[in-house]
Amino acid sequence: MTTRDSINKFKSDPVVLLEGVAKSFVVGGRSLPILDEVSVRVGQGEFVSLIGPSGCGKSTLFNIICGLERPDRGRVILAGNENLQAVDAVSYMPQKDLLLPWRTVLDNVILAREVAGDGRDKARREAKELMPQFGLAGFENSYPAQLSGGMRQRAALMRTMLAHRNILLLDEPFGALDAITRTKMQQWLLEVWNSFRRAVFFITHDIEEAIFLSDRIYVLTPRSARVTLHLNVNLPRPRRYECVTAPDFLALKKQIMQALTPV
Amino acid sequence: MIKRSVNRIPVSALAIMAVLLVFWEAAVRVTGMPAWFLPPPSRVFTALMETLPLLLEHSRYTLLAALTGLTMAVLVALVLAVVMALSPRIRQGVYPLLVFSQTIPIITIAPLLVIWFGFGIMPKVVVVTLVCFFPVAVSMVEGMQAADADMVKLLQVMGASRWQIIRLMLIPAALPSFFAGLKIAGTYAMMGAVIGEWLGASNGLGVFMTRAAHAYKADSVFAAIIIISLISLLLFALIELIARLTIPWYYNERRK
Repeated sequence: MTTRDSINKFKSDPVVLLEGVAKSFVVGGRSLPILDEVSVRVGQGEFVSLIGPSGCGKSTLFNIICGLERPDRGRVILAGNENLQAVDAVSYMPQKDLLLPWRTVLDNVILAREVAGDGRDKARREAKELMPQFGLAGFENSYPAQLSGGMRQRAALMRTMLAHRNILLLDEPFGALDAITRTKMQQWLLEVWNSFRRAVFFITHDIEEAIFLSDRIYVLTPRSARVTLHLNVNLPRPRRYECVTAPDFLALKKQIMQALTPV
Repeated sequence: MIKRSVNRIPVSALAIMAVLLVFWEAAVRVTGMPAWFLPPPSRVFTALMETLPLLLEHSRYTLLAALTGLTMAVLVALVLAVVMALSPRIRQGVYPLLVFSQTIPIITIAPLLVIWFGFGIMPKVVVVTLVCFFPVAVSMVEGMQAADADMVKLLQVMGASRWQIIRLMLIPAALPSFFAGLKIAGTYAMMGAVIGEWLGASNGLGVFMTRAAHAYKADSVFAAIIIISLISLLLFALIELIARLTIPWYYNERRK
């Protein structure tokens, strides 16, 4: 149900719209182009991935969406509103969990709410109810150092969710996890996404991860980056991990691999 | 837990110290060195026991000056560190001056402090503050600077103001470094107070030492030194305790 719905939706109402975004940096007196006309859309409640070779400018693109850097050319429109600031629309989850070591899990996940000036008690109550869904029940008062890698990433995702933004930017969130934990986390991420229904823009360089999770995938060229391939993932949801061996899945994988390594 | 602390008692350090004391005692006795020149440890111990009430009485004044000065140093250092974190421009202007100021030997300006503040507790407090300020300020500023840039970025994307970033992120992140600097400052504090008292005072361990030295009572001077060391050690332990209570997460992490 979700794939078709969200595609219909994004056509009318993209929550992330990048049009011809270009960016270059001056390095040693020379201009080094990083992004070359990148155009991307993410619809309401849609799961979209971005794959690119490492060093292709994915992080720069994320910084631009987050409002930390300005593009040289092109437009960034969030939630259809040109005046909307990134801080009001976007919640960001980096590869490193970046949990504050001096805060308990509970106080870490409400960080964005505290920054927004919401009452701590209210945010804590809300967070406590969600702990089981994020597999963190009983760890509310633990410190991040006491958690496993997978749990830390779940806490980081919970913090991202609790920011109450419509757009989640996930920057290789499982990149540092071992393969088994990573697979579990992917399945779990889909469950969470399914129940919260936020738009997810997901950066990865893992092709299988991108196909397994996404409604649509953008593939970037090496620097200076532009979109070389844009494809729909028409695999039925809910997906189980077994689908990575399905013929459709493998066909998509082949297509992306060819795009990433042009002959 | 108990086993841990037993292991941590520095047995070899105590053994070396015992050997040195025995050597000292023997050397003085064999050479027949006069006690006003170098008293044997046994004589120092006797002097310590005899003058203990007097030493403790004087310690009160010195300790008060040391603690007041240390507190002042911490307050000024924290305020300055936060101001520098709020404004990079102020930081650029102030930080080099701060480092440069450390090239002035504080002992040499102590006579000026007597001219300005008289012979009461004030000049002692100022000496202690000047001595302790630098390690605390530097450790706090450096600690805040060493905070994870990605965490700062994360807070920025959450829409945090500069002040929120300082309060939620930079200050807690700098606390381990701050306490490291505070421990150094704590060991300087008693020394600063005693130097302040040498310049002129009516009470305090510095005064006791000056009087004992003038009377060639070297054993009493050594007794005062022992008391100063013990109090400095206590200050150090107190700061360590406060640190463990304030940043338990840091000690837990380190134990791993």
